[in-house]
Amino acid sequence: MRQQSMHFAARVGERLADVKLQANLKTAKGKFVDMRAAAVRAFDADAKACAAAAGQADAIDFEAVRDAAQAIRSKVIDDLDVWLETFEAKATAGGATVLWARNGAEVCAHTLEIARRHGLQKAIKSKSMLSEEADLNAALEAGGVQPVETDLGEYILQIAGNEAPSHIIAPVIHKNLDEVADLFSRTHKKPRQTDIPALTREAREALREHFLSADMGISGGNFLIAESGGVALVTNEGNGRMVTTLPKVHVVITGIEKVVPTLDDVATLLRVLTRSATGQSISNYVSLLTGVKGEGDPDGPEHLYFILVDNGRSTLLDDDFRDMLRCIRCGACMNHCPVYQTVGGHAYGWVYPGPMGSVLTPMFTGLERALDLPQASTLCNQCGSVCPVRIPLSQLLRTLRERQTTRGLRPWSERLGGKAWAWLAMRPAFYARAARLLSRYLGWLAGGEDRIRVLGLAPAWTLGRDLPAPQGGTFRDRYAARRRNTQ
Amino acid sequence: MSEARDEILARVRGALARDPATLTARRQAVAQMIATPQAGPRPQPRGDLAARFAERSLSMSSTVDRLATRADVPAAVARYLAANSLPGTGVCWPELADLDWQSAGLVLAGRPAGGDDLLGITGTFCAIAETGTLMLLSGPQTAATTSLLPETHIAVVPASRIVSDMEAAFALLRSERGSLPRAVNFVSGPSRTGDIEQTIVLGAHGPYRVHLLILDNE
Repeated sequence: MRQQSMHFAARVGERLADVKLQANLKTAKGKFVDMRAAAVRAFDADAKACAAAAGQADAIDFEAVRDAAQAIRSKVIDDLDVWLETFEAKATAGGATVLWARNGAEVCAHTLEIARRHGLQKAIKSKSMLSEEADLNAALEAGGVQPVETDLGEYILQIAGNEAPSHIIAPVIHKNLDEVADLFSRTHKKPRQTDIPALTREAREALREHFLSADMGISGGNFLIAESGGVALVTNEGNGRMVTTLPKVHVVITGIEKVVPTLDDVATLLRVLTRSATGQSISNYVSLLTGVKGEGDPDGPEHLYFILVDNGRSTLLDDDFRDMLRCIRCGACMNHCPVYQTVGGHAYGWVYPGPMGSVLTPMFTGLERALDLPQASTLCNQCGSVCPVRIPLSQLLRTLRERQTTRGLRPWSERLGGKAWAWLAMRPAFYARAARLLSRYLGWLAGGEDRIRVLGLAPAWTLGRDLPAPQGGTFRDRYAARRRNTQ
Repeated sequence: MSEARDEILARVRGALARDPATLTARRQAVAQMIATPQAGPRPQPRGDLAARFAERSLSMSSTVDRLATRADVPAAVARYLAANSLPGTGVCWPELADLDWQSAGLVLAGRPAGGDDLLGITGTFCAIAETGTLMLLSGPQTAATTSLLPETHIAVVPASRIVSDMEAAFALLRSERGSLPRAVNFVSGPSRTGDIEQTIVLGAHGPYRVHLLILDNE
C-alpha cells in the first residue's frame, strides 16, 4: 500500500470537510465502545457467578485475564528467536513449509513462486493486513494470479477499485449502506437493493463461485502456536474457513511476532481478543490449522506454507518499543480514540490507523515519513486503558515525539517555542511575570465571557473548539495569597 | 531464501541482546513451557454444564433442542426442518448415516457437503459450556465442509461430551488423540458479518442457522 502518512494534516482537512464520511463515522461512533464495555461487564458477572457456585470467595475478573494475556505475549517476545525456531521445527514436522520474508517484496516473491510451482490461477483471500503492507494483490495480478478478497468488507473495497481499508477489523466502516448498494448493483449487474441481509446474500452468492473454483487460499494468522506448529484463525463470516479448507494450497502470511506458546495460551488470548474487538464472548469461528490434508481426508489443502514476515518488526524489539510487539490487532485502541473517531482511518495514510498505527507506521516506514502521526493524539490514553495486552500506547507516542525532537525533525517554530519556554521556565521571576501577562491577555480576549472563541495568537486552535478563559489570577499569585492568609 | 531466515533471526537475536551462552538454557525453558501447558484465569463453570451450554448457544444465535438418546435425532431434525420450512434433503457425517432418517421422511447422504447441499448434520468431538461452542475435528469420517457449506448446520451433542471450557477441551484432545488433526474448528452459532454499517447479519459465507440437538442420556 502506498504510504501517504506525510500528508496527514492535509488528509485530515479533507476528511473533516467530507460530510458523508463524517455522517458515517457518527453512525459507527460508540458502537464498539459500548459492545466492549458490555462484554467486560458480562464476563466479570459470569466469573463471579461461577465462583459463587463453586463456593469460592474470590472470583477472577477481566483485568486478571488481561494480565495473563500480557504475560503470555511478553514471554514470547523476550525469547522471540527461540520461539520462532520452535514454531518452525513443529510446523515443518507437521508437513508445512516455512518461508521467511524480510519485507513486502519478499512476501510477494514467495507467494508468486508458490503459485508458479503448483500452477495456481486464482487466490481467495481472507483478511490479512500483512498482504496490505506488502501490496500483495497488485503483485498477484501482475503475476497472472487473480486475487479475490472474501471478507465482506474487503470484498466491498476490492470492487470499489481496490480502496484501502480504514479499520483493521471493520475495513469498510467509512462507507454507508447507500454506497454499498450502488456498488453492488453496478458490479453484480443486478437491481439495486438497500436491505443489508439481501446485500449480504448477494455477496455470498457472488463469492461462493470463487470459493469453489479457487486453487489457492491466502490468509493471515491471529496466532502461530508453538505447541502444535499450526495457526489460529479467528473469524465470523466463515470465509476464513473456506479459504483454508477448499483450495489445494493454503498460504499463511503473518508477522514474526505472532507466536504463542500453547493451546491453553490461545484460549486465554481469545477471551480478551474477541471482547476487545467486537464485544463477543467468542467469535463464530476459531480454527486451528495444522499441517496438510491427511490420508483419506475429504477436505483440506495438500500444501501448507507459512510466510513469516519481518518488514520492520525486528526494529521494534528495541527496548523502548518492545511492548508494541504484544499487539494482537483487536482494534480497541482505534475504537476508543477521539482522534480516530473524528478523522477516520484513511487520514493516517497507511495500513494501520489509530493509536497502534501511529506507533507502527513511523517504526515500520521511518520516523521522517510519518511526522504527524505521533502528534495525532491527545495522549488521553483511552487506548492504553482498554488495550487487552496493556500496551502503553500514549507513552510510546510520547517517546516517538521525543525521538522526532532529538533528530531535529520538528518544524523550526516549534523548536523555537520549546526553547523560549525552557528559557522562561528556568527563570521563576520572569515566568511569573509572563504568566500574569498572558492571563491578562487571555482575559481581554474573552471580553467578559467565560470562553475565548478566537485565539488571537493561534486562530487555528479555536477553529473547532473554544479555550476556557482564565479565572481569578495565576496559580502562583493565588498560591502566594493563600499562604499569606493562612499564616 | 534461507538467507532471509538467517538475517531475520540474527536481527532478532541482536535486538534482544541476550547472552549467546544462554541459548541452550533458553531452548530448554521453551521446550519445558510447551510440555507443561498452564491454563490461565477463567470463569470455570461447574454443575449442569448442559444447561449452561444450551443457554450460551442461544446467546450465540444457535437454536437448541434437548433429546434423550441418539434414536430421537431423525424425528427432531424433521420437526426442526418443518417448523422452519426447510427441505428434508442433505448430507451427514458417516457416523450418523445409520440412523432411521427414512421413517422421519428425510433423505440424508453420508458424504461430505458440496457447494449445493442445503443441510449438513454433524456430530462433535466435544462442546464447550463457557461459550456455547462446538469443537469439530477434521478427519476422513468428519468432513469440515459439512458444518460450513450448507445453509443449515445441525449438530448432535451428547451431554457427556460437554466440558467446561476450551482448556478442558484441549486436555480431552491431548488425552484422546495425542496430536491435533489438520483442522480443529470451534463453531459458535451461525456465520455472521457486521461489515455494512456495523449491522449484524446472520448468514455470511457459512450457515444461516445452527441447530443443536443435546442428547441428555448420552
